[in-house]
Amino acid sequence: MKNEFIESIDRAVNNSNLTGALGKFSEAYRVNRAKAYEGVDFDELREKIASIKSAAALELDALAELFRENAEARGAKVFRTDEPVEVKEYILRIARENGVKTIVKSKSMATEEIHLNPFLEKAGIVVKETDLGEWIIQLAGQTPSHMVMPAIHMTREEVSDIFSKEVNERLSSDIPKLVKVAREQLRPFFLNADMGISGANIAVAETGTLVLMTNEGNARLVTTLPRIHVAVVGIEKLVRHFKDIVPIIKALPRSATAQLLTSYVSIITGKTPVTNGNEKELHIILMDNHRSDMAADPVFRQAMQCIRCASCLNVCPVFRLVGGHVFGKVYTGGIGTILTAWFDELGKSSDIQGLCIQCGACKDVCPAKIGIPELIMEIRRRLVTKQGLPLVQKALYSVVNNRRLFHSMLRAASIAGGAFASGGFIRHLPFFLSELTDGRSLPAIAKEPFRDRFTRIRQPVCREKAVFYAGCLIDFAYPEMGEAVVKILNSAGIEVIFPEGQTCCGAPAKYAGAYEVAAANAVDNIKALLLPDVSYVVSACPTCTVALQRDFLKTLEAAGKNKWITKAEELAAKSFDFSSLAKKLAESGRLSFSATDTEACVTYHDSCHLKRSLCIHEEPRTLLNLAGYTIQEMSECDTCCGMGGAYSMKLPEISLPMLKRKLANIDNTKAGTAAMDCPGCVLQIRGGFDRERKNITVKHSVELLAERLKE
Amino acid sequence: MYDQFKVKAEAVSADVLRFQTKGEALDFIFRFMREEGLSTYAGESAVWADGNFIEDIDKNVLEAEGIFFGVTAQRAAGARFGICCMDWAIADTGTLAHDSTSFEKRLVSTLPEIHIAILSAKAILPDLQSFIERVSPEKFPFISLITGPSRTADIERVLTIGVHGPRRLVTVFVDELEVNTDEK
Ligand code: SF4
Ligand code: SF4
Repeated sequence: MKNEFIESIDRAVNNSNLTGALGKFSEAYRVNRAKAYEGVDFDELREKIASIKSAAALELDALAELFRENAEARGAKVFRTDEPVEVKEYILRIARENGVKTIVKSKSMATEEIHLNPFLEKAGIVVKETDLGEWIIQLAGQTPSHMVMPAIHMTREEVSDIFSKEVNERLSSDIPKLVKVAREQLRPFFLNADMGISGANIAVAETGTLVLMTNEGNARLVTTLPRIHVAVVGIEKLVRHFKDIVPIIKALPRSATAQLLTSYVSIITGKTPVTNGNEKELHIILMDNHRSDMAADPVFRQAMQCIRCASCLNVCPVFRLVGGHVFGKVYTGGIGTILTAWFDELGKSSDIQGLCIQCGACKDVCPAKIGIPELIMEIRRRLVTKQGLPLVQKALYSVVNNRRLFHSMLRAASIAGGAFASGGFIRHLPFFLSELTDGRSLPAIAKEPFRDRFTRIRQPVCREKAVFYAGCLIDFAYPEMGEAVVKILNSAGIEVIFPEGQTCCGAPAKYAGAYEVAAANAVDNIKALLLPDVSYVVSACPTCTVALQRDFLKTLEAAGKNKWITKAEELAAKSFDFSSLAKKLAESGRLSFSATDTEACVTYHDSCHLKRSLCIHEEPRTLLNLAGYTIQEMSECDTCCGMGGAYSMKLPEISLPMLKRKLANIDNTKAGTAAMDCPGCVLQIRGGFDRERKNITVKHSVELLAERLKE
Repeated sequence: MYDQFKVKAEAVSADVLRFQTKGEALDFIFRFMREEGLSTYAGESAVWADGNFIEDIDKNVLEAEGIFFGVTAQRAAGARFGICCMDWAIADTGTLAHDSTSFEKRLVSTLPEIHIAILSAKAILPDLQSFIERVSPEKFPFISLITGPSRTADIERVLTIGVHGPRRLVTVFVDELEVNTDEK
């Protein structure tokens, strides 16, 4: 990552106005969004949207032509082009032909994307943004930091300064007064403009209809008052049927601003009369700008489903720390990263893609059902394929796979502490040695890894067998978690096998985009773990479980190692996350706890991969309850703790504030103990409390459960 | 459905009233405008887009009071009140809808500070789905849905009513009014 990029992150994180505004907003958003969706079956709704828009993405050409036919039959002129520059020239030509001096615009991301305003202004035309947020940033000479709320990064004082300059008068920072200034200032432009430029939220092919949704009423005026209306529409807005607009209109305001509906929805089909008694001139520009390429890519096609609601930004723990000017350019946040890679170029996304911690919060709320984190991973993979991995990283991945060497190196590093750690070498090791700056203590690397301690565990004779897959953290830093797993499974009548050949799950490599390395990890693990007469392969690390159940398959496919696919599927079918297996065992009466001390109170942190990739959140709570722990829920229990594997090493500037927030939420419960099911989260959170010298116990659920097994 | 509409519309800061007869509704509208300072002065007048709703009253008398029927952009921009009929209401979101192909309807419902919307109490549909099934864009080139007054939260996420559109939306249901538009 470039230095200037890191600096921009630093500036953003230390801008208390920005982080305060975004933080407050993201908290309120969660609650309000849930309220707006009350009584609506969200999954059914987004299924509908995904199917409408994915079907449209497959027949873009046909839909664009159908749209043209129908819109032109009703008097509109439709211009379709791949090139941003042609969009700009077309608009300028119409403006020139009609003697246009002033243009009013309502919000349009497509025109932001092609930087239309400066182009028209250079040609001597006055262009006024009329959406309040867009007008503010136009006056400030900035770019939008959020797709729905372009000026969310600004305070009322800043807005009042900007407006004061515009009207040449010292204004107060009273918000209703500022809004009134905007109304008064922009009114004459609406009334006198010769051309109105808008975007569109939906374009219906079978009728040639445009749907525009706004709250301020400006789009209504932009499309009603001037004698020429130009709508710039990205072709991803096309749907086939008029009835297709229903689910989109239903979801967009609920997801975007937690409203049931925007104040205004205009459904415009063809030319309409204008005030001077003539017919309005309506031009609709269908803009491609690499959207067809994106639709032709089998992986990225789903990004065409996006309805630009920006809810993926609103829930993103990284976005709320750094805001849109760091996390993206025109299109911001997770989806912005993807759109930038396509509409701009792949290389332009190389810094911002690294901001995604892969927590999956965005995917959960996306009304278009887009797998945003997976698509960002794919960008990462393609970047690595194109540019290659830095040499140091490549060398390290081979070290990672030599388990004993890896362990002794880690151990050495952990003893040497800061001095050793400051060298560039250690900073590139996955996971443990990541956060060597302030805020979190390093985990002590165990003197003896789990793989060696395991050989001394005496197990009872059992009728069933399970393979335990430890993963790096449990093997090298937290062997006691592995011992707890063995103890619990033994008590359920299951003998645990620890195959020596198991190695890193490949997640660090995969998350760095090094799919070749990850695929090699997958093969080694399949060889080691797929044993006869074994009922389960168990992991107590959600990232490892995701690897066992899904990522091995994906990386093998991506690396073209097809002959391993069947084996990978066989392994996936047997693989269990500890808590779901333990819950099953408890339900069938094979596992019981002695819940003596019913006073014990814990709070529970949902790990990203467990909750959102594996959809597991009830199981660990049920188990803890069975073992007599009362759960005191914390605020934002499923928000990322900032660990994200190697992320915390690359971007401590972001990881640390996320951790701080998590620690505060845990502390506020007064529970005294925090339970979680991911050794990575334990590392992050325990280290955080340790640094703060707070006496709060942080444990993996397996440790809490093992303490209370019925003898 | 009226009750549901009322709850939802009031939740987005709209006023909702209901009258049995046209006469009662008109009485209310005139009284309301007078109370809110109706006059012939700029910024205090009214523009009315559906003249036929008040066919029995002498329009010259009303114009003398500041209520104009010839709607132009300038006049609507200078008016405090804009009045028009709506064709439908949608109960589950508190939304009003109309065929606003004639630009007068768009002007009076957007430019003045207060929008008074009149419609038949029989015109309430349960939800967006049933509304979209009922209208065809070929027949109505400009369909508008209006949910509460104009609003923004673009400065510090603080909700502020009345940006480019009206700051108040007064909805007047009339029981005896027939459903206005023959659909599709
Ligand atoms: S996965 Fe998490 S960090 Fe990445 S874009 Fe989505 S919400 Fe943001
Ligand atoms: S990706 Fe999904 S959540 Fe993000 S803007 Fe698009 S539709 Fe909304």
